[in-house]
Amino acid sequence: MMKLKRTLTSVGKYGSLLLGAFVAIIPIVAVFFASFKTGTEYTTTGPLTPPSDWTNFDNYMRAFVDGNMLTGFKNTVIILIISVIGTTIIGSMVAFVLHRFKFKGSQYILGAFLLATLIPAVTTQVATFQIVHTLGLFNTIWAAVILYLGTDIIAVYIFLQFMDSISVSLDESAMLDGASYFTIYRKIILPLLKPAVVTVFIIKGVNIYNDFYTPFLYMPKSSLQVISTALFKFQGPFGAQWEVITAGVMIAIIPTLIAFIFLQKYIYNGLTSGSVK
Amino acid sequence: MFGLSRLSYETQKKIIIVSFLVVPLGLLALFAYLPVLNMIWYSFTDWNGYSAKEFLGFENYKTIFTDPEYFRVFKVSLYYFFATFIQLAIALYFATILSFKVKFKNFFKGVLFFPYLLNGVAIGFMFLFFFRPDGTLDTVLTAIGLEGLITQWLGNPNVINYSLAGVSVWRYMGFNFIIFLGAISSISGEIYEAAEMDGANRWQQFRYIIFPSIRIIISLNLILAISGALSAFEIPYIMTGGANGSATFVIQTVNTAFKYGKIGLGSAMAVLLLIIVVIVSSIQKKFFGEGE
Repeated sequence: MMKLKRTLTSVGKYGSLLLGAFVAIIPIVAVFFASFKTGTEYTTTGPLTPPSDWTNFDNYMRAFVDGNMLTGFKNTVIILIISVIGTTIIGSMVAFVLHRFKFKGSQYILGAFLLATLIPAVTTQVATFQIVHTLGLFNTIWAAVILYLGTDIIAVYIFLQFMDSISVSLDESAMLDGASYFTIYRKIILPLLKPAVVTVFIIKGVNIYNDFYTPFLYMPKSSLQVISTALFKFQGPFGAQWEVITAGVMIAIIPTLIAFIFLQKYIYNGLTSGSVK
Repeated sequence: MFGLSRLSYETQKKIIIVSFLVVPLGLLALFAYLPVLNMIWYSFTDWNGYSAKEFLGFENYKTIFTDPEYFRVFKVSLYYFFATFIQLAIALYFATILSFKVKFKNFFKGVLFFPYLLNGVAIGFMFLFFFRPDGTLDTVLTAIGLEGLITQWLGNPNVINYSLAGVSVWRYMGFNFIIFLGAISSISGEIYEAAEMDGANRWQQFRYIIFPSIRIIISLNLILAISGALSAFEIPYIMTGGANGSATFVIQTVNTAFKYGKIGLGSAMAVLLLIIVVIVSSIQKKFFGEGE
């Protein structure tokens, strides 16, 4: 009886896990299969039939070239690098000042950052749009960069949390050697924040790579398209050519998959320590 | 650098405070607070983006509450709202199972979490493909003998919001899952051992150990999910553009403001959404107190 019950629990457990995995994977697998099929093969076979020729990269070529995905990747990478580095610098500076110096108003500043998290960015787009326009940044790469920099509070949190574990006595001994506060920030704090920096890189990187509405609203010019907006345009020219669209989808997904496989451990840690507190 | 070290620490401190904060605070004011203030101001005008603004009072708000075209979209949020509960339940279930001994643990963790990392537009296309007539879903249903259920997943106005809310569960479940997993793993293993010695089964362990320990995280996730349901935008916009009765509040806002040039009205909608989100967040603070 005990044994039967245990077997049943185990079947239920693995059964539900396999079902969950199936549901998570199947939409991706179908797209993956379709991306290798020829036009006629696509119309004559079902979506879960594997392609006859796994080396048929024609769709990938067409998606990449005709879909201008190279431009998309180039812009995404530029925006990503500037924003991520900028966020790290700005976030760590704020955290350094708020954590190490107690001064009048420091509580209010932290409060102002906290309160801003309550404002869902998507609600204020209409008004933000006017500001970006007034600054003359509309349809430039800087529209996205400055928005990614300006609305980032998560990075400040992560750095603040991490500063707790960096002992103040390190600062003090550096001061005995005559180091300036700036040197302390640059030479002591910043290097010790490395694990937090990795976390910020990942969270920010994922957000920027996947963001759609910022580039869509603020940089509609086709030479400024990023991966998201480049892919979004597939609707038009490729219409019903699903074999090309699916190849485009795979091109957008593959970098994420590679990053995920290599950074798995950091991603898990980063997300849990970053968003829980 | 800059001869800073020659100054006294008191002076240095002042310089550092000012110079380190001026840019971040400037950005915060410019892109977080100024938009909110402007938005409130626009919401009382009939501004279209370029002509002079005329003060309207509460006219825009009245339109939203009385014109069914604007009010209806709140109903669409309900689909996403209920989907959220399913999403949290699934996430909690898998997080609990995978906190105990399971074969291929890392594989399952990875597969369940991965969708969260994917590009929204890629997900949109993937599910357009998934829901197509004779597409992936229809094929799977036919294979398991449920072809009777097949319908126009995105063409049938009675079904479309279930389909889209389902995509959003697929996309965000992994995020809740990983947060729950982290929270559960912070519970000390000794507690389980003690419970097991007392003869507690898995359900009792969940009910009396895991659930109370992660109550705050659950409530936090719930709040994030509620405001997420209200601000659902990307998936329905990319997949249907809001057609067939799938327009959410944010799609309506964006269309009103940018497509039809009614910035005043769009702002009033955004202000309403903001108010709701703030109320929901403060209820959460009240109920669950020391969230930090």
